[in-house]
This record gives sequence, structure tokens and C-alpha cells, in this order.
Amino acid sequence: MGIETPNGFKLDNAGRRIVVDPVTRIEGHMRVEVNVDADNVIRNAVSTGTMWRGIEVILRGRDPRDAWAFTERICGVCTGTHALTSVRAVENALGIAIPENANSIRNIMQLTLQVHDHLVHFYHLHALDWVDVVSALSADPKATSALAQSISDWPLSSPGYFRDLQGRLKKFVESGQLGPFKNGYWGHAAYKLPPEANLMAVAHYLEALDFQKEIVKIHTIYGGKNPHPNWLVGGVPSPINVDGTGAVGAINMERLNLVSSIIDQAIAFTEQVYLPDLKAIGSFYKDWLHGGGLSSTSVMSYGDIPEHANDYSDASLKLPRGVILNGNLNEIHPIDLTNPEEVQEFVTHSWYKYPDETKGLHPWDGVTEPHFELGPNARGTKTNIEALDEATKYSFIKSPRWKGHAVEVGPLSRYVIGYAQGKAEFKEPVDKLLTDLGLPLTALFSTLGRTAARALECQWAAHQLRYFQDKLVATIKAGDLSTANTDKWTPDTWPKEAKGVGFTEAPRGALGHWIKIKDGKIDNYQAVVPTTWNGSPRDPEGNIGAFEAALLDTPMADPEKPLEILRTLHSFDPCLACSTHVMSEDGQDMATVTVR
Amino acid sequence: MSVLVLGIGNILWADEGFGVRAVEAFDRLYAMAEGVDLLDGGTQGLYLVNRVAEADRLLVFDAIDYGLAPGRLKVVRGDEVPKFTGAKKMSLHQTGFQEVLSAADLMGRYPRDIALIGCQPLDLEDWGGPLTVPVAASIEPAIGRAIDILAEWGVAPVRRAMPLPPGSGLLANDIDWTAYERPRAGTG
Repeated sequence: MGIETPNGFKLDNAGRRIVVDPVTRIEGHMRVEVNVDADNVIRNAVSTGTMWRGIEVILRGRDPRDAWAFTERICGVCTGTHALTSVRAVENALGIAIPENANSIRNIMQLTLQVHDHLVHFYHLHALDWVDVVSALSADPKATSALAQSISDWPLSSPGYFRDLQGRLKKFVESGQLGPFKNGYWGHAAYKLPPEANLMAVAHYLEALDFQKEIVKIHTIYGGKNPHPNWLVGGVPSPINVDGTGAVGAINMERLNLVSSIIDQAIAFTEQVYLPDLKAIGSFYKDWLHGGGLSSTSVMSYGDIPEHANDYSDASLKLPRGVILNGNLNEIHPIDLTNPEEVQEFVTHSWYKYPDETKGLHPWDGVTEPHFELGPNARGTKTNIEALDEATKYSFIKSPRWKGHAVEVGPLSRYVIGYAQGKAEFKEPVDKLLTDLGLPLTALFSTLGRTAARALECQWAAHQLRYFQDKLVATIKAGDLSTANTDKWTPDTWPKEAKGVGFTEAPRGALGHWIKIKDGKIDNYQAVVPTTWNGSPRDPEGNIGAFEAALLDTPMADPEKPLEILRTLHSFDPCLACSTHVMSEDGQDMATVTVR
Repeated sequence: MSVLVLGIGNILWADEGFGVRAVEAFDRLYAMAEGVDLLDGGTQGLYLVNRVAEADRLLVFDAIDYGLAPGRLKVVRGDEVPKFTGAKKMSLHQTGFQEVLSAADLMGRYPRDIALIGCQPLDLEDWGGPLTVPVAASIEPAIGRAIDILAEWGVAPVRRAMPLPPGSGLLANDIDWTAYERPRAGTG
């Protein structure tokens, strides 16, 4: 039956139903069901997360100053960004101002995470949706070298380098242990790269893995340890002791210089490897511009990376802030995260109970009460769902909406807003990339556009790292060594009741934590994560979220091998540990596909 | 020689936290020999590959489903380790960890020796819940197995005269095992 959603998408669930479960390559479970028409074009999409959460259950009654350590455990990939959001929420509630150095160091931590996460996402999770690893075995190393040298000055590009790499890969594949490359749809008709481009990308896959060991040192230096760096309400935990040598935990000149050299490497890797690869790969997929989702209509970014400590105004935030609705790029709506009428979460299609489910709840008043039941048209059992009934409750993800609108979040949303604001640092790289590829601006609103925005943002973040590192060193040299404000550290300085909100732009999109504090303890705590925005089920009005919208109208070469679905959903960099959990205990290796 | 003792899992999901709680308890009770690193790996997945690749020998604590009685331990060594996810998988971080091992292999830096101390969980669905009784009871025996393996590798740990106080070791800020599971006002 065909319907049109209020946000302008045509849905028809008449055709064959295809189930892909799970979709992510890392962190948690997510499942998608689509209906395809006679030509194998997707006409209906149903995205579900299968784990209930509610961090308030774990945080209630605890010390707000420790909340970051718990939120850091929600997810293994977003650790630091949850921690940062948490300390900001507590500081906002209690009116705590942090020193300028702490702001710079936090920005460096957050930007490091952006660079690291974008690199890992592209090379280790998403590139394999575009790159055929097995095809790389038939590449000519000499031609690969010529290709690599034609697009970049990156030194690791000799024929011998690629020959050795190909030999290692061959041995690896022949041992029957495809490892990280198993479960790929190798040889699929939707792969378009020549073998040489595939081999080059595999080489960079390994180089990116290796580069991780450098980039995480920044977290170790400023966060005291990695993984799970330390954070502090009121500032940052590591003191600055410029003349110190080897003092445990202190930031000295030697460590500042090490961070600086790693930043140089990050800029080089992004500009000489990541961006040329993105462009080279993109040039073979210029006719595959599906998957726009909500990016051409409704996008949102909370903004992040404050230039000045404690100033979260639009002017201070270097990542853009605002909402664009209905494709009107001429109007950027301001956001107020404390306004009960703006951010609200609905559960009409989520496995939770609200007293009145026609209404949404602002996160300060949010509740997470599970209510798992399958709709009348669902097939299978609660432990083995064969097909969901999207007319009823069908996901453990809530539906957050901004003033009732479904919005897309993430790097592409940030770039669309930055572009609409006419900010050169976002607009010029986009225009240049599109011109180089010979594509119009509308091409940005696609799966590939989302993937491209992430690469451009990685470059932007690497340069911002340089900026804030230089700013930090300049402030230290001017004699300001302050890294923490402890004036309101003890609960006796706090009001009896307080509430606050903290936000960041996580690599995958807008992240907010809302906290209520009572008698020195946490009374309520709600995290609204990016994948909840993008992966939300329908709302009471029937608006669909970004995942579902992005899958519509995509033609599939072979519905039994849903590479196109994985490609588009992976482009959002979904993180489902934040919002979902394993339902089938047999947890399939990657994606099983069932056609019903 | 460098040895990495790694605990993996998510402490927010009851017995999923076995591996992390095991290294936490190990650290409180024992001082490691020189060259031995204890690491709370959480659910870091591929982010751990460099730590694994840098280790000559790797000892991992994790919750594993071998269809045993809850709390039962199983030690897997050498070539058999990467196969453990070929058995029944419990959660994606295991897939992640198998990927970590094979990614290290592809990088050409696979540890010379690997041992996995696995524990059969009882409950992985209890969000915010404690380790279950049988799994909690298997932490000290699991540490015993680890000591034997480290001794075999020539890096036996030394029992501390006094255990480190709770919250002063690998996990702090109220997420250490004792504090995490304490009853709290306003909940329950």
C-alpha cells in the first residue's frame, strides 16, 4: 500500500521484504527491513535498533562528578565524546566556568577523536563498501604505483611496496583467514573500482591501522591514559608543568612537542592519503548518487569546538550550529536545548511506555520504561523476529524530533549548515571537491556526499588541532598554567536542585546529555545520541528518520546481497552500542539476508 | 619481551564485564613483573590493534559462550584462540576482538603466544546489573590461571602485601567493581 509521509517520502510496502541483520560492523546491533518493487528498487524501509538503554538507571543516585566515567562506557568508539558531553552538562547545571587552557585541551581531545574516528570509519568500516579486497589480488603493482603517484605525493608508493603488500594479502586470503575482510560481497556488480585502486586502498587500510598508535598518544598525554582517558568537571585532570621532566601525568614541553609532531602527521595523512583516496574512489561512483536521506531537506548540528572557554554561542562555536528545515538553505534556525518545545523524544513506534504517547518528552523529563511487544502484522516470535510491523512499535530506539521535525545529523549536516552560512572553511573545500569530480552541488546530498563530508571534516579537524595546540602553547608561554577551576568542586557549594545540558558534535553527529541534580546526586540523566536521531523509527505524525529516508528509491543489483543498503547505512557511521543490543544470541558474523 | 594482559567487555551489561573486572581485581591483588602491562580494554575493538600488535605475548580475559555451566572457566591457547568467535558469539565486541587479532596478523605483527581465559556468563542482558554470583566467584580462579600462564612465560606476578584499595587501581570514579555494584539511595 502506498502512502506519503508528512516529510515528503513515498512509501510502498507491497513488494518483497528483505531483512538485513545486523548492519553495523562494530558496536551493537541494528537491523533493517526493506520492500523492493519488481525492478528491485527500494520502496519502503524500516530501521530498528534492538537494545533498550536508559543510562539514568545506572546513574541515578550517583555523584554527578563521576557521570563521565559511566557514559564513557556506553560505547567503545565514542568514549571521549560522551565524557566531554557529560562534564559539560554538569558544569552547565552548576554554573562552573573552565579555564582557557582546559578549553583548548578539551578541543584537542575532541578533534583528535574526530580525526581518529573518521579515519577508522572510512578505512576499516566504510571503504569496504566501495573497495573490493579480493579484486586487489589481481592488481598490477606497477600500475598501482603509477596510480598512487598520479594522485598524491605520499612516499609509500613504489611498485615494490605494493608488490609486497599484495603478497601478504594473498598469503592471508589463501590461509582461509579473511579476518577483517570476511563477509564482504566480493565480486558484487556494484563494485566499480579497477584492481589497482582496490590494492592502493587496501595498502592505506593498513597504514591507517598503523597510524592509530600515534594519534591515540594525544589522548594518553592530555587524558592521562588511553583507552578510557580521564576527564574532570571544572577543567582537565592533567596539570601543566612546563619544566617538568617525566613527572607522572603532567604536561611538559617534551609532551607538548610530541603532540605537535603527531598533529603534523595527522595533517599529512589526511591530505596525502585520505582525501586523494576519497576523490579517486568517488570518481568511479559518480553515477551512484543515492542515499541522500534528509540531507537535502532537514539537517541539524548543535555546534562544537568553542573558540573561547565557556562561550557556547553560535559565534564562538567553530563547528556550525543550527537547523535547516524543508530544504530552505536561506534560513538557519537557532537551537535552544533547554526549551521543552524543541528537542523531544517520542515513543509511539518505540518499545517504551509513556503516559501519553501522542506527545514527546524533553530529555530533562525523559523516561525509559521498556515495553516490548510485537505488532499484529509482525511475523515470528519475540526472540526470533522474522518481519517487523512498522505500523506499531518496532524499535528500541526512541524518535527524537526538533520542534516535531525529523532531522539528519553528522558531518554532512554540519557541512550543509556551514555551507549555507557561507563560511569559507566549509564552502570552499566542498566546491573544490565537486568541481574536481565534475559534479553539481546537488550531488552532495547523497551517500557519497556524506562520505565526502566526513573526509573534508577530517582535514578541517586536523588543522584545528594545529590551531588549538598552538593556542595552548602560546597561553602556557605567556604564563597561564591553569587547567582546572575547583571553586565549586565540593557539593556544599551547589544548589539543592539544579539542571543542565551538555552538548558536543560527536564524529557521527549531534550528542546531548541532560542532567538533573538533587541533593548533590544525579536525579535524572538522559543521553540523546546521534544514531538515535538518524536511526529513529517513525513519529506520531508518520515522519521517517534519516536511515529510512536514505534507503528509499535505491536500486539493488542483487537483493540477496544488499551491498547498496550497507553502503548507505554505513555512510552514517552508525553507533548502536549507544542505542541497541544483541537480540539473536547467535550473533551472525556480519549480515544475514532473508528474502520473504 | 613485552606482555599484555587485556580484559575486554562492557561493565554496563552484567557478566559482559567479566574481562574488565578480572584485570581490575588482578591489579588490586598482584604487582606485575617488569614488561607486563595490564589493560582495561573495554569495548574498544579495532582501537586495540596497536596494543596487541606491540605485544610479544598476549593474555586475554573475556566472557565466552562455550555452552558450559555459568561461571565455568575455559582456557584456550595459541592457534585455537582466533577460533573462539567461530563458536557461539555473545556480542559484537567479540567479533571486534577477532578482527583485532586478524588485523594484527595482516599487519605482520601477531603476538608469539596468545592465551584466552574465558568465562561462561549467566546474564548479559541485565543493564546496569552486577556480575552474577557464579561469574563473580570465578574471578579469583581466573586470576589463578593467569598467574600460571604468566609464570610459564617467565613473568610471574607478585602478590601485594595489601590489596590496592577499591577505586585506586585500573577503574576509578565510582565505576570500580565495589562502587559500581553498591546499593544506592533512590534506586531499586
